[in-house]
Amino acid sequence: MIVNRAEVIIGRIVLVIVLLLTILPLANMLSAALQPADVNPVGLRWPTDPQWINFATAFETGNVWRLMGSSLFIVVFVVPTALIFATLAGYALGNLRVRGGRFLFLFLILGLTIPFEALIIPLYYEMKGLGVLNTQWAVILPLIGLYMPFSVVWMRAHFLGVPTELSEAARVDGATTFQEFWRIQMPLARPALSALAILLFLWTWNQFLLPVVLIADPLNRTVAGSLTFFQGQYSSSIPLLNAGALIIIVPTIVVFIIFQRQFIRALLQGAVKG
Amino acid sequence: MTTSIAPRRAAAKRAVRRGTLIGWAFAAPALLAYLAFVITPLLLGVQYSFYRWNGVGPSEWVGLANYLRVFTDPNLLGAIRNAFVLIGFFTIIPVSAGLVLATLIRTMRTGFFSSASQTILFLPQIIPLAAAGIAWSWMYAQTGAVNQILNAVGLGFLARPWLGDLQTALPAVGLIGSWVLTGLCTVLFLTGIGKIDQSLYEAVRLDGANWWREFITVTIPGLRQEIAVLVTITVIAALSSFDIIFTTTLGGPGRATMVPGILIYRIGFTQSDVGLASAFGIVLMILVLACVLPIQRLARAGAR
Repeated sequence: MIVNRAEVIIGRIVLVIVLLLTILPLANMLSAALQPADVNPVGLRWPTDPQWINFATAFETGNVWRLMGSSLFIVVFVVPTALIFATLAGYALGNLRVRGGRFLFLFLILGLTIPFEALIIPLYYEMKGLGVLNTQWAVILPLIGLYMPFSVVWMRAHFLGVPTELSEAARVDGATTFQEFWRIQMPLARPALSALAILLFLWTWNQFLLPVVLIADPLNRTVAGSLTFFQGQYSSSIPLLNAGALIIIVPTIVVFIIFQRQFIRALLQGAVKG
Repeated sequence: MTTSIAPRRAAAKRAVRRGTLIGWAFAAPALLAYLAFVITPLLLGVQYSFYRWNGVGPSEWVGLANYLRVFTDPNLLGAIRNAFVLIGFFTIIPVSAGLVLATLIRTMRTGFFSSASQTILFLPQIIPLAAAGIAWSWMYAQTGAVNQILNAVGLGFLARPWLGDLQTALPAVGLIGSWVLTGLCTVLFLTGIGKIDQSLYEAVRLDGANWWREFITVTIPGLRQEIAVLVTITVIAALSSFDIIFTTTLGGPGRATMVPGILIYRIGFTQSDVGLASAFGIVLMILVLACVLPIQRLARAGAR
């Protein structure tokens, strides 16, 4: 590869500046979180006497355990259900190629670009009608439906890539459709499924609009949706607000750093396919 | 002969029908969820949009009056205008910055520094947008880091409460979007550049092309697909922005940062004008489609 030395150096410098800009707001949160809770903090600086106690206070008054539990409850219902539904439908469209499947596929594609805001008002009254408004189900049920276009298109793309000889061989050996699906297709679908699982987890955990509108009690929302509750709770204390927000962010960052390779791959694939 | 073919044919037909039936059974749960929680609210929204309704009392058919208001009310038009301004910050800045950054760092050998910088560039993509809003409201505060840095470099006269100032609030909110999306663009472009045939770069270099020519003749055409994808995603993010604005300005000061998402929420739930909010929602959906479809068509035409 032919490159100028100057280019390499400029590249490094620009990269370092961008990296600093990326971290700055997060570092700034930490710096605010460690300043005394009862004073208005000043900008970015390492406090002489870091108040780690702020995190404990924010954890306590923010009901963080309850929030995490509520988020987890939502994730535990949404992600596996969406994965199962999407895999079954993806298999029907990608492998079985059912009659009318093309129509179904186009019908789903239609849903890919609908912004959640366009549906939120009717969803509110729909959830009210179902009697689940202000419970976690008001977020769980719509999210499963809203994830279908992306998830089915994603799994369909995977099943299209699996050679048809595999299914034919299985059929010749007398496997039923379900056996073939379970024994042969599922193990092969694992990478596509785990990438989709990561994306759905992240989107659910960070979901904001639906919980804010559909669940009145912030303690029953997702953690992201409860951030507005933090803003109200700590409107008089910037250090505590930042400590609370950091507590909410850190688990996601930890999970991200552990699985970063899978995360980045999933997000990039998600971007391209979406 | 005919007697044996007929039943066989019937059996084959039955098998196909059974296959189709099983196929639709596989697709049914997804289809039902989609019908129940996407299509139903969509149709409900269309229905509401023709009525005046406060959410509890009786409703009154008003025809296209709600749509007329969407296109004549300066407040609603202002929100749409702001959403288009945000495209500059959510799409143009991140995509161009991502292109330049990816070009500059493409020569980096894979190693700890390169993978660490990927991780860091991706961080804003991982945290909730609402949290990014909180982080940045503190950055932009009167005593916050932005003003502190301006003071430190002798530009203190520029210092102000960025989100509270009518002139700067919208760009300030927009830059939060740039912060969130630049990393995603950079990393996706980096992977894209990795797939471009390296001999193309060598060839233009041997022709004596400078950095700019190489960028225009090799990098940009090679990344056409990635550019189309990122423009689509970021335009949707700009037009349907909600989380960041909800946690920073709520549309204020005045209406300086009001966007369709926040306004739908306000009209629908604070002002209880369900019909108007639904009509605005439908218009927003059509607006997104109208922006995304040409991008897709351009990308496909370009690929041919």
